[in-house]
Amino acid sequence: MNAVATILVDGLTYASWLFIVAVGLTLVFGVLKILNIAHGSFYALGAYAAASFVAWAATLKWAPAWSLVAMLLAAAVVAAATAPLTERGLLRFFYGRDEVLLVLVTYALFLILEDVTKLVWGANPYYVSEPYGLFGNLNLGVQTWVGYDFALVALALVVGGAVWWGLNRTRAGKITLAVIHSAEVAASMGVNVSRVYIAAFSIGIFLAALGGAFTAPMISVQPGISVSVIVVSFAVVIIGGLGSIEGAAIGALIVGLARSFAVHVAPVAELFSIYIVMAVVLMFRPEGLFQRTQARKI
Amino acid sequence: MSLLVAEGLNKRFGAVVAAGDVAVAFDAGERVSLIGSNGAGKTTFVNMITGYLKPDAGRIVFDGRDITALAPRAITHLGVARSFQIPQLYGDLSVLDNMLVANACHDESLSLRLPAHRPDAVERAERLLERFRLLDHRNRRVAGLAGGVRKLLDIAMALTGSPRLLLLDEPTSGVSADEKFPLMDTVMAALGHDDATCVLFVEHDMEVVGRYASRVVAFYAGRVVADGAPGEALAADAVRRYVTGELLAE
Amino acid sequence: MAADANPVAIAGRSATGAVVAPASPAARQVVGIGTRRIALALAALALLAACGWVFPRWLTFLLTMAAGNGLVSLGIVGLMRGGVVPFGQGMVFAAGGYATALLYNKLGFTDAVGLTLAGGVAALVLAAPFAPLLARYRGIFFATLTLALSMVMYGLLMKLDTLGGSDGFNVGRPTLLGWKLPDERAGYLLYLLTIGVATAAAVAMRTAFDSTRGLVTLAVRENELRVEYLGASARRAMAINFVVAAFCAGIGGALVVLSLGHVEPNFSYWTTSGEFVFVAILAGWQSVVAVFVASTVLEVVRSFSSAYFPNTWQLALGLFLLFVIRFLPRGIGSLWTPRRHH
Repeated sequence: MNAVATILVDGLTYASWLFIVAVGLTLVFGVLKILNIAHGSFYALGAYAAASFVAWAATLKWAPAWSLVAMLLAAAVVAAATAPLTERGLLRFFYGRDEVLLVLVTYALFLILEDVTKLVWGANPYYVSEPYGLFGNLNLGVQTWVGYDFALVALALVVGGAVWWGLNRTRAGKITLAVIHSAEVAASMGVNVSRVYIAAFSIGIFLAALGGAFTAPMISVQPGISVSVIVVSFAVVIIGGLGSIEGAAIGALIVGLARSFAVHVAPVAELFSIYIVMAVVLMFRPEGLFQRTQARKI
Repeated sequence: MSLLVAEGLNKRFGAVVAAGDVAVAFDAGERVSLIGSNGAGKTTFVNMITGYLKPDAGRIVFDGRDITALAPRAITHLGVARSFQIPQLYGDLSVLDNMLVANACHDESLSLRLPAHRPDAVERAERLLERFRLLDHRNRRVAGLAGGVRKLLDIAMALTGSPRLLLLDEPTSGVSADEKFPLMDTVMAALGHDDATCVLFVEHDMEVVGRYASRVVAFYAGRVVADGAPGEALAADAVRRYVTGELLAE
Repeated sequence: MAADANPVAIAGRSATGAVVAPASPAARQVVGIGTRRIALALAALALLAACGWVFPRWLTFLLTMAAGNGLVSLGIVGLMRGGVVPFGQGMVFAAGGYATALLYNKLGFTDAVGLTLAGGVAALVLAAPFAPLLARYRGIFFATLTLALSMVMYGLLMKLDTLGGSDGFNVGRPTLLGWKLPDERAGYLLYLLTIGVATAAAVAMRTAFDSTRGLVTLAVRENELRVEYLGASARRAMAINFVVAAFCAGIGGALVVLSLGHVEPNFSYWTTSGEFVFVAILAGWQSVVAVFVASTVLEVVRSFSSAYFPNTWQLALGLFLLFVIRFLPRGIGSLWTPRRHH
């Protein structure tokens, strides 16, 4: 398999992971106009919960394939336990205030959740790598790929499709689109905007936790995993345009390919390739590629 | 020579003609009222003169200088100032601070060392506030002030640097009926110090127009349909039909 | 500061020479407040120096860090007065720190004062090209662009071995104006240098906040349109604030590195930038002293929490931040600064 193909495949698998992790962030911004720094914290909670659930599933003698279900459940439980509480108990007191103020509130939430995670699960790493081997390996010429990585591609497509379909083809979705365009007008037409907010936020958090849960088998789950995920998610979402699902997909592809290219061709640029693209987009087309919000003021 | 000459001004927003071959000239010292129903093109005209909007075609010459392409800041420094229909103020700051900001912005020498509240600056600001009967409010936070006071402050701030052309965008709008004349009296009295200032004020209230303007320019659908002394202009058919609504359905 | 000057002093010492009637309390006088402010600063400095002499070493080190880090937040406050919150000051903080480390290690330049200045200049030079661009952004886009730039820098610092790579650099003990610092008192002397520079910066920034540029900055925050119509450039105001903030962060970075003895890519990471913002929010933009008080609070919480309640210092900071946002939106500085003046 030649170098170009390797870069493309690597880029695609990384992009899929990025999309799953970042799509919830853009959804929450689109509906609630909140750029959620704590998004990475919910990702981490998903990862930790998955580690716990998969371990329980093992003690309950579930078949290995069912660990995937355990991971899905973990994400759902995290969302159910934290999202409505966060939205009703914290965020809603700041609606309508300055957008940067809301970012600071979510930053405070991130700080709190960092320690809460440590207090609940401790500071030692968790390893839940059995599911990683569920899909075997793929031999393409000289390269060996782990099947799990391709499963993530499938998951990304499912998630993307589900969110798109949910927004554009269901009644609830259309109401959500109305709220995205103008919460005030929607409210005056009888839409229960609060409920839409809770639902959208919960789904966004579920997606973050889902990203974390399905990433758990690939990494050592330990304090600090939230921190790098946040900035990378920001990069994806900014490049694609805040609030746009298609944008998140394109942003994920661009970042994925850029990083893959860097890793294989110029390793020294691996980290900075992601952020240089983000910076360049912000400098020349700050609204992102699929514009939704106004960027410059003067 | 006229102070301000506008020739062949054209501006479209899609299908809407906001300005259609507008050509007018104004001299120093004139008090001119711009009238017309909503959407007639008065505010577009003001925005083009102050540099906020660029015309699609035409020229604006101020004091012999072509200002059509200049930025609002540059036009301000040449001696053109405007007030706003909705007062554009600094709500969190005091009245005095608002005036100090106006003065500081106008002087091109902003410094990181020169104290904003030095005695000569405060004195200069207070003098202008006094002309507008705002001195008593000097330490009050602007966000908490009544509409009429905010309007006066908005206009007072436009007068820093003694502009030679002053554009007032609906100075009495949002002000209660019995406050309109006192407000305009205060403004005109404050201006009395600068006889050479040419004042253009956009206005809907014909009583105010009749009382304070020496000349009336009427707009309709982006064109000037009347231009003359209040007596004649307000009696013109076009004005009666399109502006004051006296001649309907003909 | 909102001191009401003595009317007799005003009448006697008006800058224009004319008799100025005991004017409104808002009237200031150039000479009076200037010397009063400097006198207060010197008194505070003397007090801190005396305290530092008797404090245990860990405390003077904590205060040194608080002062050095506080300088970065001081610059952020200047930007916040203009209505923007930068989430990437780590970039210029790291620039100051790395400049110091590189000059010390590669060029053998060891003077602490010189290194501090060099740090400020390096940060300024790095920030200057970006200032006109950033001056056009507000809100979330300003925050994320500054974040992105700082992460680009982080990426470079991590991977470039000439810049120390992921381990960064160690920096040995500096000299002070040619004089080698004795082992015993090195910490104390660096403490003196840091609080001295911090005090000078505080006085300078206070002057800047009270200046015409400072007042126009407040105006830009509220109504840029009017500022432009009145004849000033909002963009220029913001660009200047950005460059000044960079210089503050640069000297802060240099001073921190001199006392810490180490610099690493983490200086430019977003969580570091976040902490500087936290301090600025906690302090508010009324009082310059509040910035350093807030910075000290952060250091104290960090130290004590690590020692007594591990894994709770971020929790404490998060709760603090929420409390301030909800109940003290103007920061702790608003507790002792009268409402009227900014």
